[in-house]
Amino acid sequence: MTEAEIRKTIFKLLGRIAPEADFSTLAPDDNLRRTLDIDSFDALNFFIALHEELGVEIPESDYGRLNTLAELVRYLSTQVG
Amino acid sequence: MGEFCMPSLGADMQAGTLLEWKVKPGDRVKRGDIIAVVDTDKAAIEVESFESGVVEQLLVQPGEKVPVGTVLAIIRTEHMTAGAEAVAPAPAEPLPVRAGMEPKLRPGMVEPVARELPLPRPPLQPSPTARIVPGLAEGVETVPPVPLPPPTAARTERIKASPLARRLAVELGVDLGTVRGTGPDGAIGRADVESAAAGRPIPAAAAPGLLPETKAPSPPAEAKAPPTDYQAGMRRAIAAAMARSNREIPHYYLETRIDMSRALRWLEAENLKRSIKERILSVVLLLKAVAKALGEVPELNGYWIEDRFQAQEAINIGFAISLRQGGLITPALLSVDTKSLDEVMEAMRDLITRTRAGRLRSSELTDATITVTSLGDLGVETVYGVIYPPQVALVGFGKITEQPWAESGMLGIRPVVMATLAGDHRATDGRRGAQFLDALNRFLQEPANL
Repeated sequence: MTEAEIRKTIFKLLGRIAPEADFSTLAPDDNLRRTLDIDSFDALNFFIALHEELGVEIPESDYGRLNTLAELVRYLSTQVG
Repeated sequence: MGEFCMPSLGADMQAGTLLEWKVKPGDRVKRGDIIAVVDTDKAAIEVESFESGVVEQLLVQPGEKVPVGTVLAIIRTEHMTAGAEAVAPAPAEPLPVRAGMEPKLRPGMVEPVARELPLPRPPLQPSPTARIVPGLAEGVETVPPVPLPPPTAARTERIKASPLARRLAVELGVDLGTVRGTGPDGAIGRADVESAAAGRPIPAAAAPGLLPETKAPSPPAEAKAPPTDYQAGMRRAIAAAMARSNREIPHYYLETRIDMSRALRWLEAENLKRSIKERILSVVLLLKAVAKALGEVPELNGYWIEDRFQAQEAINIGFAISLRQGGLITPALLSVDTKSLDEVMEAMRDLITRTRAGRLRSSELTDATITVTSLGDLGVETVYGVIYPPQVALVGFGKITEQPWAESGMLGIRPVVMATLAGDHRATDGRRGAQFLDALNRFLQEPANL
């Protein structure tokens, strides 16, 4: 899976949580929670959706390292082939 | 003969619009069954039956806005069905609406709005596709208002309009009285309101300070949800409840720092054993600990009504849930004390999902006996809540942060949460409040027993 595909999947899943978000203005280093107004419940749902979509089981201890789009893409590309 | 009345889903609610019947005459209903959907200022609410029986007659048609307490339907109760002599013959005509009827407020009625200072969550861009009530108005849009015999003066003044048209009129600031209806019997439909609104500017005063300054973009081609304007109504409902709270309730505030290291370590180990779908959020531990601590200090769980405290047996925790488009709703997690952590997590997931989709049930809006608000997601450390009348306490949690912590002569870094209690001084004194926070702390130090 290419990084572009991963990014597309992320946008699709985030779009379900924050339907009003405009991802074209989202910078790679923006804090996703803050920029998209995502609370811990939304975040958990997002990780569940990522699991369903990509088969990645993200341990809770990694949540803290996944704050931006760039971090997410980097993390996921090491997890999915 | 049971009368199913327009419920008060909040002390500030004067009237509601019946959106939809979920039953028809002849249907058998049980206590707790959802029998109608009612539109309040804040949201569309699924209303449950308080009785079991057979639906005898529906007296109000979808689209009608009626005062709280108006009889909406007659439900023949099981008891009455059994005792044949007690069964009154069903009236052939709809019962007249009793003018000037006092709203039937159940004891412990709670306004369905939030307590702490409102959290304006401005959308990133003006978004008319609110997440609340998708599809609901669409579902009733095609239901033409059925003319009723006009037994009262109020009824004769009713303007015939579809629910969607009414909502749209509020949103667009259109006076329905000035709109010419093109539907059956001159009923006003969505298109009529839209054409009335077209060609003139949106009055800025329609919802002061709530609508974005610039007009929202036109709805997307594939409209996921009808435009809703619960925001102005929600702001009013929050304003009424919070003003009443600060006017009537002598608040006192207590706060305590709680070491969360044991609770979080335990939770982490628990969550490692679980699939991602079964993981528990830390707020669930906090909610369960609140419920347990209330068991020790029951004076904080209940209502202040008629100049006295009325304790409630069930511990139903109102949980402030913010809405993406602004405002918040505080539905209740029912009987938290009797649920396991998994059950509380499941109930919370269900409640948040339905709150954001606009599918709450009436009991969830009226049965909260205390409120918990957690603002930790945004980095707030301490929450000083405004009690939601007639409740007598509000528990606030801030963000769990790492802090220096001294214990047994040792200094270390621990995850710490600030727990606050806003108490109604009419119902309790600071000492009881302090005992509650102490118990809360104790339960959080033994997470395996939660």
